[in-house]
Amino acid sequence: MLHPTPTLKETPSQTGGPYVHIGMTPNFCGITGVIDADLGSTMINGDVEGERIVICARILDGAGVPLHDGVVEIWQADAKGSYVAPMRPGSNSMPAFTGWGRQPANAEGIVTFETIKPGRVEGPDGKLMAPHVSLWIVARGINIGLQTRLYFADEAEANKEDYVLNKIMDPRRRETLIARREGGPEPRYLLDIHLQGDKETVFFDI
Amino acid sequence: MSGIILPGADGVLYQRDRAWHPPADTPGYKSTTFRAPRHSLLALGPTKSELTGPTFGHEKLGPLDNDLIRNFSQDGTEAIGQRIIVYGQVLDENARPVPGTLVEFWQANAGGRYRHKKEGYRAALDPNFGGFGRAIADENGFYHFRTVKPGAYPWPNGGNDWRPAHIHFSVFGQAFAQRLITQMYFEGDPMIWQCPIVGTIPDRAAIDQLIARLDRHNTTPMDALAYRFDIVLRGFRSTMFENKLEGN
Ligand SMILES: [Fe+3]
Repeated sequence: MLHPTPTLKETPSQTGGPYVHIGMTPNFCGITGVIDADLGSTMINGDVEGERIVICARILDGAGVPLHDGVVEIWQADAKGSYVAPMRPGSNSMPAFTGWGRQPANAEGIVTFETIKPGRVEGPDGKLMAPHVSLWIVARGINIGLQTRLYFADEAEANKEDYVLNKIMDPRRRETLIARREGGPEPRYLLDIHLQGDKETVFFDI
Repeated sequence: MSGIILPGADGVLYQRDRAWHPPADTPGYKSTTFRAPRHSLLALGPTKSELTGPTFGHEKLGPLDNDLIRNFSQDGTEAIGQRIIVYGQVLDENARPVPGTLVEFWQANAGGRYRHKKEGYRAALDPNFGGFGRAIADENGFYHFRTVKPGAYPWPNGGNDWRPAHIHFSVFGQAFAQRLITQMYFEGDPMIWQCPIVGTIPDRAAIDQLIARLDRHNTTPMDALAYRFDIVLRGFRSTMFENKLEGN
């Protein structure tokens, strides 16, 4: 199969820097009145099919210090396994479920998303992938956004046959992507993301 | 003629040229020391989850969203500094425009001071400058905004490091795998070549891609100088749709 050669080079990435919050969550860092609400701050805007869940990802650097100055974006399918329609920033015409969220890390390095459990999406091999959420992490000291995924501990069967998890040869490293479940009326899924060290998270070149 | 890429098309993206981007661990930029993953990245051909992504509509973008001179004004006074227009075209690697994509930007004020509680530089805040704006590219991929030229500023890295004047950019494209954050510099600035963050990029030609050109033709007389900054996102190798259009 022949593939054409690209004619332009992708613009090189640069770090989001220490003040990435100004650009991505201006209201969160006190720049109010420019836009109504920070983009991506709510993912659910009305009646949505699916199980409501909370995702908490804590990001730690190689010294175990929380990444308090980072921003994380997530992108996920709806409960039926479909990716959603376009969004309208600042308008009333947001889809009931956006599929996309953006949150600043707090002082503990934790980002929290109120969302729904995603359905299964077809993988490149034609089989359904396990339910998952795609993550993109930017911060000071990160030269190019880090891409990873979050899977769910209570989907052990689906995880076992997942297209992406099975690309990770070392089964111990697969575990770095699997969020543990904490029960309650609204289940919470907790994941520690380690940028370095024994438990370094698997990051992807997508 | 197929002029646009399709959101969520079942195409395959060109692989990212990681040698063109900065590596994760760059000792000259000290913050990377504990934040750069040590394992190599796991190559993953994009799946539907990465070939789709959020897209945003024009309708209700505020009229001042792309005017940093006025969008944080507290009393109708405009921001202080050299007035500039920054504009450019968002393209993909096939040199096709990426229409309708959201572009966000943030920057220090004319004195080099960010409006942020952790900022330690003594330059004065401008009460009428917030430093944030956004725009959506038009049907040909063009975005534009008005602002003041940011100042250079010192930062704690080496003993006496200074950032060249720059504007931070965030661009979406139409697939989550196209997501990009970068920084724009100004043509002719001698500070560019001493900056450890610029220096994380190994190839001088790649750095050159981040330098906006002074564009006298689009300057507004007696008002604002213009700088042009084109942005290239990853492109799709091919799509079914294009093949059909070309009769394959
Ligand atoms: Fe900066």
